[in-house]
Amino acid sequence: MELIEHSARDLLGLLDRGEITCEELTTAYLEAIRQRDTKVQAFVSVQAADALEQARRVDEKRRRGQPLGKLAGLPVAIKDVLCTQGVPTTCCSKILQNFIPPYDAHVIERLKQEDAVLIGKTNMDEFAMGSSTENSAFQITRNPWDLERTPGGSSGGSAAAVAACEVPLSIGSDTGGSIRQPASLCGIVGLKPTYGRVSRYGLVAFASSLDQVGPFGHEVYDVALLMEVIAGHDKRDSTSVPEPVPPYREKLEEPVRPLTIGVACEYFGEGLDAEVERAVREALEVYRRLGATVRDVSLPHSKYAVATYYIVATAEASSNLARYDGVHYGYRAKKFDNMIHMYSRTRGEGFGPEVKRRIMLGTYVLSRGYYEAYYLKALKVRRLIKEDFDKAFAECDVIAGPTSPTPAFKIGERVADPLAMYLSDIYTISCNLAGIAGISIPCGFTKSGLPIGLQLLAPPFAEEKLLRIARMYERETDWHQQRPRL
Amino acid sequence: MTLKPEEVRWVAHLARLECTEEEIKLFTSQLSEIVAYVNQLQEVNTDGVEPLSHCLPISNVFRSDEPGVSLTVDEALANAPARKGDFYSVPAVLD
Repeated sequence: MELIEHSARDLLGLLDRGEITCEELTTAYLEAIRQRDTKVQAFVSVQAADALEQARRVDEKRRRGQPLGKLAGLPVAIKDVLCTQGVPTTCCSKILQNFIPPYDAHVIERLKQEDAVLIGKTNMDEFAMGSSTENSAFQITRNPWDLERTPGGSSGGSAAAVAACEVPLSIGSDTGGSIRQPASLCGIVGLKPTYGRVSRYGLVAFASSLDQVGPFGHEVYDVALLMEVIAGHDKRDSTSVPEPVPPYREKLEEPVRPLTIGVACEYFGEGLDAEVERAVREALEVYRRLGATVRDVSLPHSKYAVATYYIVATAEASSNLARYDGVHYGYRAKKFDNMIHMYSRTRGEGFGPEVKRRIMLGTYVLSRGYYEAYYLKALKVRRLIKEDFDKAFAECDVIAGPTSPTPAFKIGERVADPLAMYLSDIYTISCNLAGIAGISIPCGFTKSGLPIGLQLLAPPFAEEKLLRIARMYERETDWHQQRPRL
Repeated sequence: MTLKPEEVRWVAHLARLECTEEEIKLFTSQLSEIVAYVNQLQEVNTDGVEPLSHCLPISNVFRSDEPGVSLTVDEALANAPARKGDFYSVPAVLD
């Protein structure tokens, strides 16, 4: 295995034993980005000089025997939706193309405190709106397993960067599946934490009641490590919950016993690819062999999740994105007749088609005469969706199913049909509506060599158990050790 | 459920989003399709169900009102598309 192909866990060992320096490691990843990213296009900016300087600082600390952070010297890539002080943060939108934040997001502060090496910012669907990263205003990211296919989205750059071994760890955000779906399509691990587990301070808002920041890595351990760093209370985000952060790695190797896995028939419905279904059912067999009870649970309102989501998320987006008016920061149109015209032309020129579509839909469902029929109705159905989970979790520890109904799809395949694209999030969306935790882990490959992901959903703040249950499966398989040839 | 181009134009106005005629045409058909899809929520019986706007068991999070360090004027204005002195510059609002 090449150096860059190692998991974060292995790399920490190599660094600890002095077999490599952080500078050597960072140099190796910068070289991997230089060689591979012309094909994959995962990064929108690379901070090579800063990264090397940070790596040398960590090496110096180690030489002097000073205390080191949990991520000491590990390169981490950041989805371009998190504010990084002095480093462009664009949300892959023309409207924020030249935006340089004056402060760091909470997650960035935490990564820096733990001696991470911030190596670059990754491509995404504009304002995290999309499921394929094709909505970026700048570039198309390609799936490292098949360059003709998308890496999924919206955190496609962060997922592809790890899968392509251009970085061992990365950060994404998940509003309706934007971490889990690309993790699944790229054959890596991605976790969406419980709503309120990770501070949203400095995360550019899309849908505030659904957005959550989370980690990507090759293995469950790597994701557990990042969670120890980024989770925790932050008074600058009033939805951040003051629950203590467990040491997620401590009991990671301890199996959960007794273990009951819930299976919802709603997650095995029409449109599910046969190869994906087979891989997921085989994963359930692995859990059975490990002594788990697998039982049916019911999530009867699941079929309304996509509809509920596209009302709630777009309503919140239309309000959140009202701030892009060409006054305080970002793009401003060159020619306009008056103030209002400046707003509308700036927005008309600055936003891409999917963002416009969602602002329009959100504005529509909040407008007079439609608010009650759509927005209020959706909030009520949202409660029913959450109650389905409450009932199901009374009978099981986690709910298992496919992360995505299909493996990675071809670039361009779903662009012309927004509704078809929305339906690719059918299994991930209800997790955000219910505010619970979810993880996607590799569980196989199709005959043509595309990764398949297993989704495990857990009750609020049950990440520790969720990670242990994910690790039980991972230990029995070697899907997470596969790397694409690039 | 079919939206009319006038409705789409009105929504674009509410959203302060300048759209070309092609965009209005495209959004009219795409939004009609999406609205028809989300309309399936009408079949759910939600009598007596309270709306759920977020999932946390917390509400009214207060903090003490203490002055702290904030951005300097130059930091705050560094990203402004147009600046005049210590202010954001915008076109005249009143004649």
